[in-house]
Amino acid sequence: MERTDQAERTERFDGEFRFPSLLAEGQRAQRRLLDLLVPLEYDDRVLFGIKLAIEEALVNAIKHGNGLDASRFVHIRYRADRSQFWIEIEDEGEGFAPETVPDPTIPENIERPSGRGILLMRSFMTECTFVPPGNICRLFRVCD
Amino acid sequence: MADESRRRISVEQNGEVTVVRFADKRILDEQNIQVIGDQLFELVDIEGKQKILLDFESVEYLSSAALGKLITLNKKVKGIGGALKLSNIRPEIYEVFEITKLNKVFQIYDGFGDAMAAFAKA
Repeated sequence: MERTDQAERTERFDGEFRFPSLLAEGQRAQRRLLDLLVPLEYDDRVLFGIKLAIEEALVNAIKHGNGLDASRFVHIRYRADRSQFWIEIEDEGEGFAPETVPDPTIPENIERPSGRGILLMRSFMTECTFVPPGNICRLFRVCD
Repeated sequence: MADESRRRISVEQNGEVTVVRFADKRILDEQNIQVIGDQLFELVDIEGKQKILLDFESVEYLSSAALGKLITLNKKVKGIGGALKLSNIRPEIYEVFEITKLNKVFQIYDGFGDAMAAFAKA
């Protein structure tokens, strides 16, 4: 009852923050975001997908976008309610063309150790888009 | 430094099979994954283990970086004429293997017993 009351009081929230491009900071950001989702009581499978997609997007921003440069920031903007989750993850890099990322599922790429993050984001989120020049990743998930 | 040296995997020898279980429920953290990878690779590179079973019973999340380490481990084991098998993967995580088509690369078994039986048949 208490949890339902809390969920009803926290029906919608939004916000933004930034953090320096360090993997540990990325982990903190991820925990902060996931803690916010608790009262929204998403289905386990939905939550699994959101967690995975956020992890992939944050690591991409930190490592590939900002080159692990702690002087560069990752900027987060988010909105969530019981029916949907939306997040923008922006790095301060030059961007990239997602269509140039090789397909990791074809035979010549299948045993590469990396290159699956975007595929997983697209698979587990309702929408995954990159705003040109490619340094903003938008993730959207229908949650009901 | 103390965190980096903490064992992220538990290793148990079951006959010829080296059974590995994971200390962490979420194999997501990049830094953690690097340490896990190193500890897994040691099994092959230093200890020469040829039959390795990774039991994922306690694992709730797995990121693409972790998949990369598994791919490298698989290559290493095959490189010394051995075999790597995976067991007890939760449906959500198995979906990750399916989406990435890595379910065709790895030998994945429902249960620990199935995987051990497969080693015995080989």
